[in-house]
Amino acid sequence: MRRALSPVPIAVICVLVALVALLAYGLVQNQPDRAVDEALAHGEREQAPELVLPRLDGSGDASLADYRGKVVVLNFWASWCKPCKDESPLLERWHQRMADRGGLVVGVDMLDLTGRAQSFIDEFGLTYPMLKDKDGKGLEKFGVAQYPETFVIDRQGRIAAVRRGPVDEQFMRKAVEPLLERS
Amino acid sequence: MRRAALAAFAALMLALPAAASARDCPQTSLGDIEDEVMCPVCGTSLELASEAPQAQDQRAYIQELVDKCKSKDEVKQALVAEFGDNVLALPGDQGGNDLGDVLVYAIPALGILLAAGGIAFAVVRWRRHARAGGRPGTGPAMAGGEGARLDDDMERYDL
Repeated sequence: MRRALSPVPIAVICVLVALVALLAYGLVQNQPDRAVDEALAHGEREQAPELVLPRLDGSGDASLADYRGKVVVLNFWASWCKPCKDESPLLERWHQRMADRGGLVVGVDMLDLTGRAQSFIDEFGLTYPMLKDKDGKGLEKFGVAQYPETFVIDRQGRIAAVRRGPVDEQFMRKAVEPLLERS
Repeated sequence: MRRAALAAFAALMLALPAAASARDCPQTSLGDIEDEVMCPVCGTSLELASEAPQAQDQRAYIQELVDKCKSKDEVKQALVAEFGDNVLALPGDQGGNDLGDVLVYAIPALGILLAAGGIAFAVVRWRRHARAGGRPGTGPAMAGGEGARLDDDMERYDL
């Protein structure tokens, strides 16, 4: 009495299941890491990931660990990104303002052409250290998913605040100023 | 007469390398390259990332290199220097791991062959089974008046 099932629908179902599984895998893989945001929401500060990248001007490598003991405003940007242009003058002002209080801005140019990035730096007269994340390894470590993003790192190397999007004066006063006072 | 011929020959010899170099340049084109490299921010090949600002910058950069008479390989090397190996869209381009490059092509081909073989095997078995047991999808004939009763029932529910 058992009816022989045609193999064609079975094959179609198998292909569909495989496609759905592949889609689900792709979606899961592309989710940015949000552990930092969750820790901050619980009032905790996670240790910043180790980050060693070449300097944009080609003068060797730099590590986040080199700045331990200072307040670091780590800004991920790219030359073609409009909001990055809008926030750059503010970041430069804060870099100057923090210089004698044990703080600095460090820029990370992501997945960008060096020539274009250099023109951007010249256009806005940016004087803070610039690193180049040419293949996106740094942005993966920090779970960066958009342009720009900024991480405020305290003197112990922990992430004290994050802004997913352009920073403004209010964010800098609230997230950076209190860390500078505890020198 | 002889002097004129010599002068013409000399002029021709001087002109030949210039003509050859003009013919060799450009060595490649943007269209030839953009389907073989990635737009790293967009996560697609550069060809598909039409409007993204980063893709526009990347295209302009490639065009600059093409205008400087760089070859396709030289353009790709320049892109790797800017974005790393992941900018290369073709697995064979990424170098270093020859076995890996072969496997990237061989494994999907093997998978397709196995799947096709499996489907063909299943179809042959299903046909053989159907031939042995009468028309596929029909069970054994119903006994007595069961068939007629079933037809009556079906008619009653016919909307």
